[in-house]
Amino acid sequence: MSNGRAGAVHAIEASPNAAKAMRRKREATPASVPAIRRGDALDVADLPSYGFGTRSLMWWGTLGMSAIEGMGFALMIIVYFDLKSVSAIWPNEAPPPDLLWGSVNMALACLSVIPNLLANKAADDQDLRKVRLWLVVVIVASLALLGVRWLEFHSLHVRWDASAYGSAVWTLLGLHTFNLVTNIADFIVIAAVVFTAPLDGKRFVDVSENAGYWWFIVLSWIPVYAVVYWGPRF
Amino acid sequence: MNSSTGSLRGIFRFSRRPQHALREQADAVVGRGEEVLDGAGFGSKAALALERTWQDKRGVVGWLETNDHKRIGKRFVVTAFLFFCAAGILSAIMRTQLAFPDNDVVGPDLYDQLFTMHGTTMMFVFAVPIMQGMGVYLVPLMVGTRNTAFPRMTACAYWLYLLGGLTLWIGFAINTGADAGWFAYVPLAGPDYGIGKRADVWNNLINLTEAMGLMVAVDLATVILKMRAPGMSLRRMPIFAWSILVTSVMIIFAMPSVMLAANLAQFDRTFGTHFFNPAEGGDVLVWQHLFWFFGHPEVYFIFIPGLGFISTIIPTFARRPLFGHTAIVLSMIATGFLAFGLWVHHMFATNLPEVGKSFFTAMSFMIAIPTAVQIFCWIATLWTGRLHLRVPLLFVLAFFVIFVLGGATGIMVGSVPFDLQVHDTYFVVAHLHYVLFGGAVFPLFAAFYYWFPKFTGRMLDERLGRWQFWLFFIGFNVTFFPMHLLGLDGMPRRIYTYGAETGWGTLNLIATIGAAIIAASVVIFIVNFARSLVKGALAGDNPWGAATLEWGTHSPPPAFNFVAVPVVASREPLWAREADEPTHVSGLSAQTREGLVTTVLDALPDVRYSYPSPTIWPAVAAVTVVVWLFWSNITPSGMWYGLIPPAIAFTLWYWPSRKETAEELLLQRRP
Amino acid sequence: MIGGMHDVQVPAGAQAHAIAGVWHWLLPICTFVFVAIVVAMLVALWRAPWLRETAAPDVSSLWAPEPKIARTVWAAVIASTLLLLVLLAVSVFTDRALARLPLANALHVQLTGYQWWWEARYDDPDPSRIFTTANELHVPVGRPVIVTLVGADVIHSFWVPSLHGKKDLIPGRTQTISFRADRPGVYRGTCAEYCGYQHAHMVLYVVADAPDDYAQWAQRQRAPARPPATAEERRGRDLFLRRSCAMCHAIDGTPAQGQHAPNLTHVAGRMTIGAGTLENTAARRAAWILDPQQFKPGANMPPENLPPDELAAINAYLGSLQ
Repeated sequence: MSNGRAGAVHAIEASPNAAKAMRRKREATPASVPAIRRGDALDVADLPSYGFGTRSLMWWGTLGMSAIEGMGFALMIIVYFDLKSVSAIWPNEAPPPDLLWGSVNMALACLSVIPNLLANKAADDQDLRKVRLWLVVVIVASLALLGVRWLEFHSLHVRWDASAYGSAVWTLLGLHTFNLVTNIADFIVIAAVVFTAPLDGKRFVDVSENAGYWWFIVLSWIPVYAVVYWGPRF
Repeated sequence: MNSSTGSLRGIFRFSRRPQHALREQADAVVGRGEEVLDGAGFGSKAALALERTWQDKRGVVGWLETNDHKRIGKRFVVTAFLFFCAAGILSAIMRTQLAFPDNDVVGPDLYDQLFTMHGTTMMFVFAVPIMQGMGVYLVPLMVGTRNTAFPRMTACAYWLYLLGGLTLWIGFAINTGADAGWFAYVPLAGPDYGIGKRADVWNNLINLTEAMGLMVAVDLATVILKMRAPGMSLRRMPIFAWSILVTSVMIIFAMPSVMLAANLAQFDRTFGTHFFNPAEGGDVLVWQHLFWFFGHPEVYFIFIPGLGFISTIIPTFARRPLFGHTAIVLSMIATGFLAFGLWVHHMFATNLPEVGKSFFTAMSFMIAIPTAVQIFCWIATLWTGRLHLRVPLLFVLAFFVIFVLGGATGIMVGSVPFDLQVHDTYFVVAHLHYVLFGGAVFPLFAAFYYWFPKFTGRMLDERLGRWQFWLFFIGFNVTFFPMHLLGLDGMPRRIYTYGAETGWGTLNLIATIGAAIIAASVVIFIVNFARSLVKGALAGDNPWGAATLEWGTHSPPPAFNFVAVPVVASREPLWAREADEPTHVSGLSAQTREGLVTTVLDALPDVRYSYPSPTIWPAVAAVTVVVWLFWSNITPSGMWYGLIPPAIAFTLWYWPSRKETAEELLLQRRP
Repeated sequence: MIGGMHDVQVPAGAQAHAIAGVWHWLLPICTFVFVAIVVAMLVALWRAPWLRETAAPDVSSLWAPEPKIARTVWAAVIASTLLLLVLLAVSVFTDRALARLPLANALHVQLTGYQWWWEARYDDPDPSRIFTTANELHVPVGRPVIVTLVGADVIHSFWVPSLHGKKDLIPGRTQTISFRADRPGVYRGTCAEYCGYQHAHMVLYVVADAPDDYAQWAQRQRAPARPPATAEERRGRDLFLRRSCAMCHAIDGTPAQGQHAPNLTHVAGRMTIGAGTLENTAARRAAWILDPQQFKPGANMPPENLPPDELAAINAYLGSLQ
């Protein structure tokens, strides 16, 4: 049966080569360790106690949340265009938003993908040092995004209660901002956990999933940016 | 399983013992430091250890902290049923008012609140939550696992739901009840014409119940996809699990629509936005699009689990597997897709382009086809089975009469020209009650009679069940059939009274008498429920001789569901198995809450999963969210400051304790 | 009080007639399918052996297909699909027929829906022939009517079952509905979209007259208000103008030009008051003026604390406005 489990506390750091080998092995088979048939029973004692990607339940939960939020964005964009279709002039009574800060944020978001990918990889490799480093970088990048978002709101040149256009644009940007803020909060909490040992392997999965959700933040920003900044110009 | 009966009684004895005695007993049997794994039978020390591991704390604290899917599922069902009774009482008052022309039992203000509260409660606070609640209870048992995937999230969802329902009814009690109809059209529910806080109460309810719905949907979808027992490939998965999977995926894509709509409406009311204000570029019709894009799939959230009940109950009482299992699964999936393409049929009287409307007629007709496939397969199963006619089957048979009649009138109202006559009349009221009762409420009562033995260990009384059934069936038809004629005779919906010159008095009186009969039948059910809970016949593990996995464990199941996770070897696990397949899983820890994550398609064992332990934070988080909502109704800055308590609560919910981390590390195996 | 006709199954106009045609396809086909399914279920119950106790299940179908049953189910599904296609065709053809009502020489009416009354403005290329009335439409038999539907406050819906299906009056989105009455009669219409407290009392009577009778009615409507004949009527008119009545109501030919309530120029000729709430007799009118809230609680017309002689005078004046 399973020897050496009771009472042993494993160190979490792994050498880079072992990590690479593990990842190769993980990606090769659907179940990294098959269950063992013992008579009438299927013995699963040797199976890993956590997994990355689609092997983790949190991945599926995050997928569900992304679908929900994505649907929200899609519908809000449709609302924007419906309101546009019933207006003779669009935007009504306001100039289009300045392109500067929105485009800066678009660039920042694209750049933030890099530390995010690196944090993701560090988590998959279960490399604690690198996870800590790239998490901090991602948090800094996302806070920068939030700061520029503040400037974006100020360069919309319309109030939310001035017209349907103003309402739509503020809400679209606001929806994305809400998602951004909650993801930043998630990152900060996870970083706090990761910086305070002891740590079990599942925390790496959490970092990996949160990094996955950051993809959603970046990808959803693309259509929102296009609609808010270029929608009034066409 | 040796000494199983002794330990059977023993298990139940253990669960009544105070916590410290149980721990002592377990420690006496299990050596210090000894690792106990599951896999042996009920009589073993594994069962004892599992019982101790999975027990909740006693008293109010345990009740608040629990994330046992069975307890939470039961909460959903009981709470939803109480709301059903409350909304039913409102309908009795409405029927009393409408029994005679120019009646003055209730004035227009109260009447408007009555029909809004009735519809809102039934649709948002009863029907969807009860179906999800049945799913929360049954799905983990039926797919062979120990708890749902995100049990804390589902626990939080329950509190959000309860608080949402309570705030709706408290609003009603203090004369601030929602009064713009259950679909709250703007501008009537908007800032100009929706006076007071009534529409705000409705918007808050939507946020809370739909958040609940989404959380439970994500949880159940994940359980079904990733935590099925080994061997339960998608091809072998029971139809009820499919129905919950389809429903959950639909919920994920549809509920955001009504949440968005309610929040936009709330922004119009609180922040002065102009989404629905034509004078400033807004569009009244956007509300209808957003609402019905959700609203039509919503009736399928209620209907598809009902289909799942029927597909589970018919095989059991026809003593044969379902005919056309694959066809039924595909039909359910097709229904789920098509349901998103029908919403404009609620808007045929608006100024949308006529050609577009005809498309929606075609889609509305088309969705009848997968439902017809299922009906024909069920009849085929009955035709070639040997029938054991007990009360659950009786309620299912009512579906064939009531739902099919409702489906027929559904085809009628799907046709644009005909709908232009009967839209917003009592014809539609008749139609919607026929499909909802036939497709959901009757199957739900069937499910109650069928699974009550599993939930409680006792049987509901057959004789009282038959009385309830016939009174319900007759009362339902006496109430709602005349409404078709009233609609054809020009009676619109949502009127608090009508003049004698309309000639609508007789049919209305008949409908009111029918409502009284329905009320009597519900009382009989409540009496049956209460008596059987205390004195019902003991059920045993599998009183109906059914095939699905939940009948393979005790009634009621122990906190850990199965001593050993079963291995499934056919589509009807308890009826047949392929020879030479393993029967159960071994090697999961009995000293921590462990379960198995399997692959999506073939349910191969993949990863051992450590279930989150019970904690108070989901309940606390739910309270902080409700406070946030109401705070932001009162003042806009509440939207920001009110976020701080939930942020704290959710952080503490997630924060891993040192003890948990240490336990994890003990059992950890890296992938 | 007059009931009027309001039965979907007894059409009195071209559009309602076309819709009744769809009903005559829908009812038999849907009934047939319903009966067939119920009968099939009952036959299944009758045919299958009944068990008293739970018996061992028959699981042979897990491994052996059942082709005969499959063929029957397929046949039933195909038959249902074909019937649905027939109904779809009928529905679409009727849609087209409804859109093709001949509109030559149509009467044009602009109907505005308010909480809880209807304003009807009969339009004409010659502006001097435009007139406004409320809550009761007269139309000539055999001539098409094009009604422009304007929502003033919340969503209402115009529905006269004997003549056509309904169309909504949506604020910000104007649409039209066309119908033609083919038989003389009184047809009861009602608001068919929940619009607040008194949705139940937002009735609109459509009276289809022979063409000559219609022309006479329209001529009367175009004329300004009849001058008061008796002293009491004169006093009534003065009181009407002095009290708050004139703030909301209009009487053409007098200084009263309020736009927030039904036009009363020819109120005495209408069958009901309060948009179908009360019969338009002297006694009911008096009670209404004194306290409309008693009959239509929530309506926008406030009670008036009038001494009996003033009430009688105003009532007499209004009763003279044919």
